[in-house]
Amino acid sequence: MRAFAQRLLRGRTAVIGVPYLWLIIFFLVPFLVLLKISFSEMGTVAVNDILTIKDGAMQLTLRGTTYAFITQDDLYFKTYLSSIKYAGVTTIFCLLIGYPFAYFMARAKPTAQPVLLMLVMLPFWTSFLLRVYAWKGLLGENGWVADALIASHLDTVLAGLGMIPAPGKFMNTPLSLTVGMVYTYLPFMILPLYSNLSKMDLRLLEAAADLGAKPLVAFWKITVPLSMAGIIAGSMLVFIPCIGEYVIPEILGGPETLMIGRVLSDEFFSNNDWPMAASVAVVMVLLIVVPLAIFNRYQAEAQEAKR
Amino acid sequence: MNAQTLGRYFGKGWLSAGYLFLYLPIISLVIFSFNDSPIPNIWAGFTFKWYGKLATDNEMLSGLSLSMQIAFLSATGSVVLGTLAAFALVKYRRFKGRTLFSGMVGAPLVMPEVVIGISLLLMLVSIQRAIGHPERGMMTIWLGHVLTGMAYATVVVQARLQELNPQLEEAAMDLGARPSQVFRLVTLPMISQSLFSAWLLTFTISLDDVVLSAFLSGPGSTTMPLVIFSRARLGLNPTVNAVATVIITIVAIGTVIASVLIVRSERERAKAIAQAQRDDAA
Repeated sequence: MRAFAQRLLRGRTAVIGVPYLWLIIFFLVPFLVLLKISFSEMGTVAVNDILTIKDGAMQLTLRGTTYAFITQDDLYFKTYLSSIKYAGVTTIFCLLIGYPFAYFMARAKPTAQPVLLMLVMLPFWTSFLLRVYAWKGLLGENGWVADALIASHLDTVLAGLGMIPAPGKFMNTPLSLTVGMVYTYLPFMILPLYSNLSKMDLRLLEAAADLGAKPLVAFWKITVPLSMAGIIAGSMLVFIPCIGEYVIPEILGGPETLMIGRVLSDEFFSNNDWPMAASVAVVMVLLIVVPLAIFNRYQAEAQEAKR
Repeated sequence: MNAQTLGRYFGKGWLSAGYLFLYLPIISLVIFSFNDSPIPNIWAGFTFKWYGKLATDNEMLSGLSLSMQIAFLSATGSVVLGTLAAFALVKYRRFKGRTLFSGMVGAPLVMPEVVIGISLLLMLVSIQRAIGHPERGMMTIWLGHVLTGMAYATVVVQARLQELNPQLEEAAMDLGARPSQVFRLVTLPMISQSLFSAWLLTFTISLDDVVLSAFLSGPGSTTMPLVIFSRARLGLNPTVNAVATVIITIVAIGTVIASVLIVRSERERAKAIAQAQRDDAA
């Protein structure tokens, strides 16, 4: 019995210990290194260490110069703001397109629903990079979507809204960036909404109709509030990754579409300023903490509600 | 026409438009891979020449072979670590540092990839400065991919473990099976399908990754997405369309095979259960 308990204990230690150790070494420690470097300064050849040994005593020099620079420099402030703006706009469009989509999916024939669901997930399996690249063709000169927009005169409307600089030019504009991000993250909005809406008790709507509510009123007063958990989950799943997006702005964005992920890698690879890049990264993490907390709270509430 | 049929048409229209939005880019990629024109977007007849170019494109081909190796290894590593983590989270409700553990397991899912990439790179470079190792290359890319892949694998396996009936494992224990036997003979067969889907998922994520690879690759370790990315940044390139078509074809075939296998195994399981119940009744 004792040997058995010991073996169980050893199994338990390994099951918890191996992934735990892995995560500490390759996730926690790197993040601490990032924090450390963000508080140091670029020396002439390498990053100055924050810990130095002087006269036989350890000395800790924390420098907040990079953070001071981020808060004072106009470019960084604007870039963070513009990242939040693009992430927000993307989330709103994903919700406007994705909510009705998920709603009609959930109300389709039960036999058709697995196929509809698979068709939403299928693009995930083909390269995201290539699907983003495809928009370069669709929105470029003579591209299918570009031609359709010009033929329908929607380009003048878009230019009026400031989404494109002039009618007929779509690539490397706020429009192409937004289209690319909405396209990429739409399934992240649809899937949680669908799983929420398909579980709804439809008798509630019948009850509302019996009590005299018009379908639109019932939708607004019953369906929408009941799907709030799905709306929050989907919005956060779109908003959070959009903040740090790097590939889409690099391929579809332009000079005026500032995104923080892009500035970070420029700082790192082109300017070689590691402390600066590290601080930009730390501030980026702080930015997603708030939406993340909202997301976690709603997830916890949804879990509670299930019990 | 009454309001209800109008609503139904509206619903169908919205769904069709949505699917068109999701699939239009994929369709256009395939079509323009056969375009015999140096100017992109203008159709000038059918050709296979971009596939011929692709067959002799050494940069792309060596990138593909490197990407496949990394994807294979990192999917395997992710599933092993993810399964352990999922077990730890589901089977052991209480242990020291569980909150930190579950936080770290999920963190790579929400942490921007650029942040994960830059922090891993900074640590690796610090180590390299101190002891001369490791060189950036396949190993370091693998590390990054396993870190994110593990988080996805944990989610998939955890979901499956949570819906398992713990009584089955307890019954095996009562009948004298050792913990390792319980795992091998009872638990593993029941979660094998989720392990397979976790492996496929992490394989595709690794095969598709740009950001982590960009930070963690060294000279001579350019993966296929990095090759595609550097070309896509410059402009439209028909060889990229040809690569895309090849990948889409493989995915389509793979999906069909996988769904046939899943349907078949489900049917066999249902048959086995029905058979067992009949035996029971007899």
